[in-house]
This record gives sequence, C-alpha cells and structure tokens, in this order.
Amino acid sequence: MSEKLNSKIPDGTIADKWTDYKFKLKLVNPANKRKYDIIVVGTGLAGASAAASLAELGYNVKAFCFQDSGRRAHSIAAQGGINAAKNYKNDGDSVYRLFYDTVKGGDYRAREANVHRLAEVSVDIIDQCVAQGVPFAREYGGLLDNRSFGGAQVSRTFYAKGQTGQQLLLGAYSAMNRMVAEGKITMYERHEMLDVVTIDGHARGIIARNMETGEIERHAGHAVLLCTGGYGNVFFLSTNAKGSNVTAAWRAHKKGAYFGNPCYTQIHPTCIPVSGDHQSKLTLMSESLRNDGRVWVPKAQGDKRKANEIPENERDYYLERKYPSFGNLVPRDVASRNAKEMCDEGRGVGTSGLAVYLDFADAIKRLGKDEVEAKYGNLFDMYKQITGENPYEVPMRIYPAVHYTMGGLWVDYNLMTTVPGLYALGEANFSDHGANRLGASALMQGLADGYFVIPYTLGDYLSDVERKPISTDSAEFEKTEAEVKERVNKLLSIKGTNSVDYYHKKLGKIMWDKCGMARNEKGLKEAKEEIRAIREDFWKNVNVTGTNEELNQQLEKAGRVADFLELGELMVDDALHRNESCGGHFREEYQTEDGEAKRDDEHYAYVAAWEFRGENQPEELHKEDLKFDNVKLTTRSYK
Amino acid sequence: MNLTLKVWRQKNRKAEGKFETYKANSVSPDMSFLEMIDVVNEELLHENKEPIAFDHDCREGICGSCSMYINGRAHGPLKGVTACQLHMRSYSDGDTITIEPWRANAFPVIKDLVVDRSAFDRIQQAGGYVSVNTGSVPDANATPIPKDNADEAFNMAACIGCGACVAACKNSSAMLFVGAKVSQYALLPQGQAERQDRVLNMVEQMDKEGFGACTNTGACSAECPKEIPLSAIARLNREFLGASLSKKD
Repeated sequence: MSEKLNSKIPDGTIADKWTDYKFKLKLVNPANKRKYDIIVVGTGLAGASAAASLAELGYNVKAFCFQDSGRRAHSIAAQGGINAAKNYKNDGDSVYRLFYDTVKGGDYRAREANVHRLAEVSVDIIDQCVAQGVPFAREYGGLLDNRSFGGAQVSRTFYAKGQTGQQLLLGAYSAMNRMVAEGKITMYERHEMLDVVTIDGHARGIIARNMETGEIERHAGHAVLLCTGGYGNVFFLSTNAKGSNVTAAWRAHKKGAYFGNPCYTQIHPTCIPVSGDHQSKLTLMSESLRNDGRVWVPKAQGDKRKANEIPENERDYYLERKYPSFGNLVPRDVASRNAKEMCDEGRGVGTSGLAVYLDFADAIKRLGKDEVEAKYGNLFDMYKQITGENPYEVPMRIYPAVHYTMGGLWVDYNLMTTVPGLYALGEANFSDHGANRLGASALMQGLADGYFVIPYTLGDYLSDVERKPISTDSAEFEKTEAEVKERVNKLLSIKGTNSVDYYHKKLGKIMWDKCGMARNEKGLKEAKEEIRAIREDFWKNVNVTGTNEELNQQLEKAGRVADFLELGELMVDDALHRNESCGGHFREEYQTEDGEAKRDDEHYAYVAAWEFRGENQPEELHKEDLKFDNVKLTTRSYK
Repeated sequence: MNLTLKVWRQKNRKAEGKFETYKANSVSPDMSFLEMIDVVNEELLHENKEPIAFDHDCREGICGSCSMYINGRAHGPLKGVTACQLHMRSYSDGDTITIEPWRANAFPVIKDLVVDRSAFDRIQQAGGYVSVNTGSVPDANATPIPKDNADEAFNMAACIGCGACVAACKNSSAMLFVGAKVSQYALLPQGQAERQDRVLNMVEQMDKEGFGACTNTGACSAECPKEIPLSAIARLNREFLGASLSKKD
C-alpha cells in the first residue's frame, strides 16, 4: 500500500462498518452549518442529490452546471433502472447479495467496504425517491414493480418505463429547486468549471466561466464537490451526451487529486452501429433486449446476403454456442468482446461490417408480435427512427459502444480525493464498480453518494475547518484565474487550420482501436506516441473561432478536447501497466485458452492511483491494495 | 442530397438577428438533423466563419436541450420526435429548410438558435416539488398507489422541459408544461399536502414570467415530443379553480 493513500476504511465486520463509522464521524452543529459554503459542480444524480441534501442540513450551496438547466445532466438518459436490495419479491435478495453480486460483477477490483455501504443505502434511495413523487412502475395492487437485469439472479431493479434516469433526476432536481426557493442553493447554469483553487493544500474554490458572457469568475467555498460524471467522450463516439467531459476531474487531477483506474471503461454491447463519418454520438438500446433477442452473424466470412436470405444452418448464434448456460445474457464485457471478435473475423454485417444481428424473429413466433411490442415497443420505434429499418421484419444491427467509465478520481471512504476538501461523487469517482459495472448500478451509486454518504462524511472534515468566509481576493485565486485566462487566450490565439472535432475524432479513433474493447502492448505503445503527436499538433494548428466574451461553443469544446488529449495518454499508461485482463480491461496477452479474461490476483489486486507530476512528466503510480475478507476471489465463468 | 438552409443568426441577446442562407451538400439520409448542422458547421469553420450555435446534449431525445423551430414547426415535421431524433431521410434532394429558435417573450434568444429557458426553472422553484427532507421518509411500499394513477402520473412526468409547447403556441402559453408538472403531483398521494399552494404559486410565477394565456388551440400537445395530452391543461384549470375557491388567505 502506498503511504500516500489512506483509504480510511473503518474496522469491524463488513455489515457494521458504516453504522459504526457514522457514529464516530464528527458533527457540525446545526447553527454552524450555515457558516459553511459548499460548491457542487455538476447537477446530475450525484450533484443534485448532494446539493439538495446538504442545503437541507443548513449549508450554503452553490451548484454549477454547463447545461441551461440543472435538469438536463446526462443521468437523464439512463433507461433501464436502479437496483435496490428491497427484497420486495421475496426471491432471496438481501444487502449481502447485492454487495456480493456487485463485487463479483466488478471482477474483484472494487473495495468491499464501499460496495457494502452502497448496498446498504440502496434501500433508502427507493424510499426517498417515492416520497419525492418519482412515478416508478407499479403492479395492479399498487405496490412497486421490479425487473431483472444482467449479472443478477434476483429481481431488484426498480424502473420508470424506459426513462428511469430522467424520473430520478427530476426527483433530485425538484429537491434542489425547493432549496433554491428557500435561498439555500444558488444555481449557476451555463457555467463551466475550469479549475480548482487550493489554499494551503485544501480545496477552497473554483474558477468558472460564464458560458454566455465569457466572464471568468471566482467562487469560494469551504469544500468543493465534483459530481461531473465520466470521461467516455475521450473516445469521441460514445453514448454520453455531447457535452460530457473530463475537464473538472482532470483539472483537479493536475491540482493533486490522484486518478484511479483510468483504463477501466465499459463498452455496452447493444448500441446502434455507426452509420457514417458524420456520426456524432451513439445510441444505446437497452440491455433488456437480450432477454428475447438472439445474437448471430453469418457462418461465412464476407457474406453479403440480406439477413432474411441467410438460412438457419448458415447462421452462427455465437453467444449461445460459446456460453450455453448464460447464452445471450452474458455480462456486458463478454458480449461486447465477442461481437468485436466476430467482426474482426470478417463476419460482421451491415455496410460497414461492424455490426452483429440481434434477431427477434423467434421471439415474435413464440410470444406473438403484440407481446413483443408491449415489452420493447418504444425501443423498436427508436431503432426504426434512427436506422430507417423495421426490427419487426429484419433483425436489428447492433455493435458495442463506450458507455460508462468505472475509473475516476481516487477517493477515500469519505469520498474525499487526495486533495483535502475536494470530493468526487458518482461516476466521477472510481470507487464502487471495480473493473466492470453491472446494469442499473450507476443510478444507485450516484444517489447513494449524494443523498446518503456525503451528508455524513462532509461534516467530519468541516468540523476542523475555520468557520469564517473565504475571500476570493487571495493570491491563490488570482493566480489560478490568471492561468485559466491564459489558457483560454492561448486556445483562441492559435488560429490554425483544423477544427476541434478534427482532433477529437482522431483521438477517439486511436482510443477505440488501441485502448478500447481489447488492448495489447504493441498497440498501446503506438497509441501513446500517436496521442502525443496529436496533442502537439492541436496546440499548433487548432482553429477556435470567435472570442471569449460571448457564447462560444467552439471554445468550450476546445478546452474539453485539450484535456481529453492528456487523459488519453494516462488511460493508455494505465492499460499498459496492468498486465492482466479484468472486467472492461481486456489485454489480449492475458486470456485463457478459450479466450476469456485472465486476472492476476497475485500481482494486480490493487487500485492504480496516478499522481500528476508536472507537464510532460510521467505520472507516478500509487497502489491501494484490495483486501477481500468476505467475497472469495474466483474466476467469473458464464459458460 | 443537397439542401438549402435558411438559419436565424443573432450575435447576442441585444443584437438584431437575420436569416442567413447556407448550402448543405452531400447530406446522407442516415444523418440526424443535428449531424447535418454539424457538417455545415465544419464547413463554416473551414471558411473561418462562425458556426451556428445551438443547444444540444444527449442527442437521444430525453434531455430537452433541442430548441429548433424547423419549417414552422417545433422539432420539425414528425410527431413525438425531438430535433435530435429527426433524421434526414424525412427530407428530399433540393429542399429548403428554415431553422429558427423558439420564439417567445419568456424565452429570449441568447445566440442564433440558443434561447434562455430559465423561466421554466423558476416556475418549478415556485412549487414543483414535494417538501420532504432526505432521510425522513416512510418505506416505499407503505402507500400503495393505484396503477392507473401511477401510470398517468408517469405520462405527465415524461415532459422533458424543452419548451416546444410554448414555441408552438400562438400566445406563447406555458400551460401544457405547468399542467404536466401540477398533474404529476396532483395524481400522487405524496403531492396532496401542498396541492393547493403548489398550483397557485406555479401559476403565479408562470404569469410573472410573461407567458401568454391559453386559448385551447391544442398546438402545444400536437407538437410536444413526449405527446403530453391536453388533459394536463384541463387538470391544471381544475386544480387552479379548486384551489382559488377553497384557499383562505
């Protein structure tokens, strides 16, 4: 264990850790809470729930988002559901089982203590959301309905049709609105955080750009919470929203916050394939489709016949063939990797050859078109809308796409980064999903961190922080603001020949080809050189039109891509150093004889936390050893 | 296909705007409407001209950022579809497409196709919530909710806050939006305690923001990408009337 990392995992049995720890945490007395200002960056599930809960406790909260409204953060796009160990189905679920499934699903690369806490508070989340008026799906008796999801053998997923994310976010946003009305939260929409300000080593504020006027603003607080989501857009094409970016987390990293497991990215198997060079983002089709759809490719390479013209005996239902017990319902990482393998063999379908079929013909025969429509109608409509093909008549074409990043800022049990006073919540931190996230667990984690963890752990830090207001007139604010302004001016002054997207697409292609679903040493080493070359070219030849003093979407993008160009290299370094395969990280050199991921628990059962050491310097690796006292490490098998 | 675009360009809130004409060449039918604008913007960048500013984020039809008025219709020609989910196969070679921002006094233009919809946030801050603190809540299954009510509340909650209803209305009324929010809570047991104050406060804020009156033309619902029904407005009127009559000052 690196001396610089203290995960602060409490002693005691796994079931008692959080309860005992909550009692030991120091408190801030109610009258003093109003003397503290808290900055929350990002208003997705983690940010909105944290902002609302902290404001209810009496803290003064300033909440920032780059969208025009707090309601638009990308949590809104989550479709499937949210897990909770309610055991409403009487099917044997428990906090321990959710904990166990999540540690296993993460391929044994998550912290046991964090995951158990997540499972414990999962039940409170559902209660909270229902009380806010979130319209979850219900049964005829009026009680809450559940469905099952990949990687679990119980029904513990709560949902609101195909828009669980939007409904949960609207719940948290409404809680936030109530606190805005009470004057406890000040909202800063169309504001982008461009740096963290540290004073005596502690986070004491941020520099943000007003995206309408271009004004560079100073905001002070006694603590700063980054709830800024994941960095999947480093790949250019992903299911993330176009605005999702790593800037807040990356700026924090360069101010001393270690970055945990940057190479762990989740590639979701069922997305609509790329249709051409114009493609700007990818659209996910819910994982639930694999309950009834059958995945196949032609047996022969380069078979250009239409799907319906390929006879049954010339089709390869490869998931059913290779994984007879789980079939089409293998976990996300396995399904994605196999689709890639088929396409690499030249058996991909569609004009690009980068797709496999997801076929509902059998399901329609077995259940009837009406029942299939009742189950998946909205998804089928969306598919038809985007591709112009009717999935009731021809099989869907699907291909994996970047969807989520398990890596993120390293945090201790309190969700604090290695910079005191700087916290990371939700997808922005690395903590709970290990090397692979299970479906319906992202919403759970975002809300767990915001509603039920940070309100307790933040007080423990603040109780030792002086209660007087923090001035923004200090030398530290001045210096950081000057740095931000210099960077903005630099981007605007290059006036080169290439657009920002030109660089973003180039970076994305390298990341996808060499640090995507499968990685190897040679490719990663090439990627490192190529990324450096693109980064160099970017700072010489990028063209950012317009000025700072206006709404300037090119400038916004340029700043984000500049940070992706640095993050990409760290992801490659991380992938290169981890000489094993686990979860979403598949190193081709480390696989079993039949092509499955081969972990190396003896050497790699740790969290890789990277420390920034200066521009163009190699980052320093710190290791947090993972101890598994409760869950036995085994090889995940879905055969 | 090759298209002609007439796009509203406006430098900032105060500047006067005007339509500019652009060519969109080699447009693929598989492109989304926004991808088509991306391509035009890349060309503008190559000519060192300023690209067209427009709000967008998820591009999956759920974040509600899109705010484009396309050939005189909010979000374009298709029913129940946001601009980001509109694809170019809905157009033919040689078409001319006019693209404007939402037009409403309560939604001032910030730049080009980007408008300020913060009035919607302020309406919700006036009462679009249940006053419950984190942690102090009963078990989720303590109160059964009839499935029909829950489903209807969901249909109302499906609103993505894009503002198409306001843009489509000749009076720029926000009744469908406010009706959807008020309905969601009015249909659920959790919303009962604050039911009357909620509707009165939200309507008061709606009026303050300068949205127009409703004359029941139904354009809002017809253009709503989430197909929120007009019954939301009927319920809003009922709730408002009931609360106004029974509420003691």
